[in-house]
Amino acid sequence: MAGPGGDMQWCFSQVKGAIDDDVAEADIISTVEFNHTGELLATGDKGGRVVIFQQEIENKNLPQFRSEYNVYSTFQSHEPEFDYLKSLEIEEKINKIRWLPQKNAAQFLLSTNDKTIKLWKISERDKRPEGYNLKEEDGRYKDPNTITSLRVPVLIPMDLMVEASPRRVFANAHTYHINSISVNSDDETYLSADDLRINLWHLEITDRSFNIVDIKPANMEELTEVITAAEFHPHQCNTFVYSSSKGTLRLCDMRASALCDKHSKLFEEPEDPSNRSFFSEIISSISDVKFSHNGRYMMTRDYLSVKIWDLNMENRPVETYQVHEYLRSKLCSLYENDCIFDKFECCWNGNDSVVMTGSYNNFFRMFDRGQRRDVTLEASRENSKPMQVLKPRKVCAGGKRKKDEISVDSLDFNKKILHTAWHPQDNIIAVATTNNLYIFQDKVN
Amino acid sequence: MSGDNEETQTTENTPADEKQAQDKVISPEKSEEAKLKARYPNLGNKPGGSDLLRKRLQKGQKYFDSGDYNMAKAKIKNKQLPTAAPEKTEITGDHIPTPQDLPQRKPSLVASKLAG
Repeated sequence: MAGPGGDMQWCFSQVKGAIDDDVAEADIISTVEFNHTGELLATGDKGGRVVIFQQEIENKNLPQFRSEYNVYSTFQSHEPEFDYLKSLEIEEKINKIRWLPQKNAAQFLLSTNDKTIKLWKISERDKRPEGYNLKEEDGRYKDPNTITSLRVPVLIPMDLMVEASPRRVFANAHTYHINSISVNSDDETYLSADDLRINLWHLEITDRSFNIVDIKPANMEELTEVITAAEFHPHQCNTFVYSSSKGTLRLCDMRASALCDKHSKLFEEPEDPSNRSFFSEIISSISDVKFSHNGRYMMTRDYLSVKIWDLNMENRPVETYQVHEYLRSKLCSLYENDCIFDKFECCWNGNDSVVMTGSYNNFFRMFDRGQRRDVTLEASRENSKPMQVLKPRKVCAGGKRKKDEISVDSLDFNKKILHTAWHPQDNIIAVATTNNLYIFQDKVN
Repeated sequence: MSGDNEETQTTENTPADEKQAQDKVISPEKSEEAKLKARYPNLGNKPGGSDLLRKRLQKGQKYFDSGDYNMAKAKIKNKQLPTAAPEKTEITGDHIPTPQDLPQRKPSLVASKLAG
């Protein structure tokens, strides 16, 4: 069976996490992100913890084993807090992780919960000093009178220790809940976005930030839309985009003015008014926006589709892919069980030829833009034998269900894949189910 | 010109026919909307409007509001203290929360199972 990209097929590589069905809330994965080389893979969870996996170096030249990732570091990034002034609980859930490009031996990442962004330094220690003059090996101080000679301590190898330390804490700049962070291509600044405002930070400065977008109306009764996601352009350090709950994208240029409330470009697909329903606005809300690696396109994810926008064309997307159109006739129950508000993310592959997003029943979808092919795959323990090829799945919308198809009513809406990530340079993908992380790679012939 | 008209009539429905067909076939979205309105007749017509958004902005549990607490205490001066329902509600109202009602919010001391 051919998949996207010609005859590319996907194989199971690894699954991380517990097998038990009783999922503790803290274990719910809330973000997944590869670093810029793909060597490191970070996950954040509802319990405020970050786990970083590292690609097994020895396997890099063995094509069929190159997607082996092992635990590299894990730490508690955020803790639950209580805002006594507003009587509000601040969740420790990690909303987003973004890696900084590597500049020296250490790795840096930004992690954020609803209110506070933290810069973490992850460094390796593989040597320790030995042979102190004044200290014993166990650290106790020697009696100076017993020392008769002088020696130079030497560095000896030790078992690798990976340490994570918080280097900056960027706090108290968001009244509303942070949904996005994005590192600028200038390597100096980053943005953080909440429901109504976007702030620009300098990575070195924690006690202030610039507000660059503010859509809070003077009268909150007039509130009609909120910011749902934001991202910097991959190459143009003055350009960023933010999406809204009404399905619009605004491209902003920071050179135009200090406060970018006035957009440079507004991307919106005109709606057919005769098709408008109670659900129209809810399902048009954009849950994720991502620039392509080449910076020429943007991808948005709304409840039922993925859209590709050309930066030069504002009036409609250049491509639209239906993720799970069969859900359109289930919107009533999806509204009742709140699933209609699920925020799915989306991602590009390294050369922007394929896009991927998650769905329900632990299904995820890939759309090959060039080949005009799409596939539905499943992340499940049943298909987790080493190097097992994933069989394409099909959902039967109605009528006669063929063998191997699954009917819409049998879909498990509690098994959602909201977070997926694609290795920036290779065909290795990380797919997060509720509490497990699956790693797949393309089949090597 | 006349040749074109003939073609249109044989290969496509006339506009009148099409409209009739459309009236019979309601979009799945609209029929879902009808279902929802039947179940919740009080649902407002502006779903994406302020109410939904404001609920979203206020996400985060309200536990203890000393103002509400004192108001409620004053109100039920003459009544017995009601037993608190172990339920997360957005507005405290007349119900006085007690420390036992509040779920414990401790940081996770357990390592992530992904690292196991």
